[in-house]
Amino acid sequence: MPTDLATDHTRRPVLEMRGISKTFPGVRALRDVSLTLYPGEVHSLMGENGAGKSTLMKILSGAYTADEGGEIRIDGQPVVIDGPLSSKALGVAVIYQELTLCASLTVAENIYLGRELRSGGRIDRHGMEAGCAGILERLGASFGPRTLVSDLSIAERQLVEIARAIHADARILVMDEPTTPLSSRETDRLFELIRQLRADGLAIVYVSHRMAEIYELSDRVSVLRDGSYVGTLDRDALSAEALVQMMVGRDLSGFYKKDHKPYEPGAVVMAVRDMNDGRRVRGCSFDLHAGEVLGIAGLVGAGRTELARLIFGADERAGGELVVDGAPVRLKTPLDAIRAGVVYLTEDRKGRGLFLDMSVRDNINVCACSDDARTGGVLNLAKARDRAAAAIRDLAIRVPNSRVNVGALSGGNQQKVLLSRLLEIKPRVLILDEPTRGVDIGAKAEIYRIINDLANRGVGVIVISSELPEVVGTADRVLVMREGELVGELGGYSGAPITQEAIIELATGANPQTLPRAA
Amino acid sequence: MEKTMSNAPATAAPPAPSTLAASPRAAVQPTPRERFQSLMRTVGMLPVLILLAAGFGILAEGFFTAQNLSIVAQQASINIVLAAGMTFVILTAGIDLSVGAILAAAAVVSVMSSTLPGGGILGIVAGLAVGLAFGLVNGSLVAFAKLPPFIVTLGALTAVRGMARLLGDDQTVFNPDLPFAFIGNDNLLGVPWLVWIAGAVIAASWFILRRTVLGLHIYSVGSNPEAARLSGIKVWKVLLFVYAMSGLLAGLGAVMTSARLLAANGLQLGQSYELDAIAAVILGGTSFVGGVGSILGTLIGALIIAVLTNGLVLLGVSDIWQYIIKGLVIIGAVALDRYRQSGART
Repeated sequence: MPTDLATDHTRRPVLEMRGISKTFPGVRALRDVSLTLYPGEVHSLMGENGAGKSTLMKILSGAYTADEGGEIRIDGQPVVIDGPLSSKALGVAVIYQELTLCASLTVAENIYLGRELRSGGRIDRHGMEAGCAGILERLGASFGPRTLVSDLSIAERQLVEIARAIHADARILVMDEPTTPLSSRETDRLFELIRQLRADGLAIVYVSHRMAEIYELSDRVSVLRDGSYVGTLDRDALSAEALVQMMVGRDLSGFYKKDHKPYEPGAVVMAVRDMNDGRRVRGCSFDLHAGEVLGIAGLVGAGRTELARLIFGADERAGGELVVDGAPVRLKTPLDAIRAGVVYLTEDRKGRGLFLDMSVRDNINVCACSDDARTGGVLNLAKARDRAAAAIRDLAIRVPNSRVNVGALSGGNQQKVLLSRLLEIKPRVLILDEPTRGVDIGAKAEIYRIINDLANRGVGVIVISSELPEVVGTADRVLVMREGELVGELGGYSGAPITQEAIIELATGANPQTLPRAA
Repeated sequence: MEKTMSNAPATAAPPAPSTLAASPRAAVQPTPRERFQSLMRTVGMLPVLILLAAGFGILAEGFFTAQNLSIVAQQASINIVLAAGMTFVILTAGIDLSVGAILAAAAVVSVMSSTLPGGGILGIVAGLAVGLAFGLVNGSLVAFAKLPPFIVTLGALTAVRGMARLLGDDQTVFNPDLPFAFIGNDNLLGVPWLVWIAGAVIAASWFILRRTVLGLHIYSVGSNPEAARLSGIKVWKVLLFVYAMSGLLAGLGAVMTSARLLAANGLQLGQSYELDAIAAVILGGTSFVGGVGSILGTLIGALIIAVLTNGLVLLGVSDIWQYIIKGLVIIGAVALDRYRQSGART
């Protein structure tokens, strides 16, 4: 552990940001924030969504310009970062949550993007491929420079982004929640890589919500809250209580709100029989009871989302049956599932869930408005307004008013808007796919409360999650998927207690090394 | 004049409406500058229209006479009708390049059938029906065959133009006693029929887009088609509707044109009308990627084009320069709009 290096203050910092503020019209996003970064350290940045982490990193990357009055020094020299180019030239590379590769180009072309090699006015593909082969090899890539990015998995694309940064001689690498789309094995591999980069002397800013990762990687952790700098903890001083306290300024004991009532499920509300798509979901059958929270766990790529989408009619089935309240559902489109009372919260909130440039009110009402429309499909505006107001109140959505565009909200509030749209359908079965992904800790607690309330009211809830503590903390019963099949059950009447260890054992199989790589 | 999807009054705009920005804190009072920006977003291109009209009022004699304004409104009316249909299509992130050709085909059929026993109503119905039929074909190809709208309607632009010539035997068809000629030439309560029709189309379009479930679904499909599908919206129905609507309104435009000319020519009629319609929609602030825009913006866009054309004629500007100036004004106005909106965002 190079902890001593990072905390040895005789060592020269590679980056110092002092007194950084950023004001948007009506919003003070950052207030006098400081950050010091040493070479060879992993410096984690924590804070709820909207705390200002992304804004600070965007100032560093040149996407935003800081207000007057602050100072940025690199290697002790004051610098001006007035755009992405100047930031890059200073050795800063940012790997965003949404990757920024051109999918239709090759790995080499992406790595050299904007700095293409030329020979005699023509692009020098061979030179480019040779030039990045070494880096790819050093990073342990299993693909070559001529591979099309569209053929790579998300983890592999991330690797290309890192290779691009290293190739551009970056000395400061910012990673914004890089593990969100990764399976746990891909995460391990990424961490190995991060440690290697740290040993090479890179300064790494690691932005994440996940406490376990922060523990595993960080040399130091800085916390932001409501746009202000709260403090920095050295590795030795790290504790979950301290970090949570710093982040939220309040105590969050009893975070997972599951009532520890005895398991007394109601009648079977939904029966899934032999669901399969012929590729990634194979013969899945299970029952869901009224009032139970059923967790579906498994590695990313195990087929959990695919199974949910089959049940919801979003993808084409190769076979299988869905029975809701004893009646078989003719399942062709999502509308058929919705009519049967089955709704699905997508894992891809922005891409497949929200209408980002439409108002909170319209987003909430888009499903339910057909039911209370007057003759001829005329909207009932008063009802729509009341419904939006009630949802904003009940789910504690933080918005100035319901006419705000949903794209302007933080992740947690967006998720609550999407959730309230589904709840307005008054579902019998609610399938939640990664319900707290990219959501801050306060909104997380509220989503758990909502899950709990729904189950108490007799809704059958399915929670699909990659976060094991979330599955363990919310579910009455857990089904574990592996390679498209349901391979085990925990909790409920199974007699096996729900533990993270038991889930991992089932999810990875007896010998994890023999499993094919998760997509 | 709304420019965005929300029905927000000008004073209640969100702070920093950017997906990139930090989350807005609740209950932040808008500053005077934000209020101004929000107002600008709401009124859209109206200031450009007012400036143009004021400029021509000063420079061109006779611009602000009742007679000239009535001419402007009449000239704008057919483009308003086509642009209203185009607004529906572009809101779903589509495009309809075939409206000019459909207008020609429908006009030929309308004039020809008006000579048949059965009289005027038949001509009107035939024109509308031809437009609707072509629109449904476009819509089916987009909604069911899932072909790109640009390709479908580009093909239709050529094919329907050919059919228009075929239907009229590649001749100009006349009917000097056109039973519905009053539409093109008479007034109702002192206002030309053409203007009444355009106004009614705008009102009906506004109602559909803002006050019906279908309208909300049109915006939804344009904003995020996959999210719309997962919300249980019948995306095919929405797409079929918008192209059918565009076709039907092209048919209505055909009735209006033939009522004015008492004739129709399959080769010449409606040439490049689709471009004026698209220009009006874009000037009106509707986003080419779908999901954002308003019919009132389209109305203003169409009026800007009509005022510009009329004013330049009054000033005696040559035909060639009219083209050049019109093109530059369209680009300039949209550039101004972009600048204004990006100013509001950062």
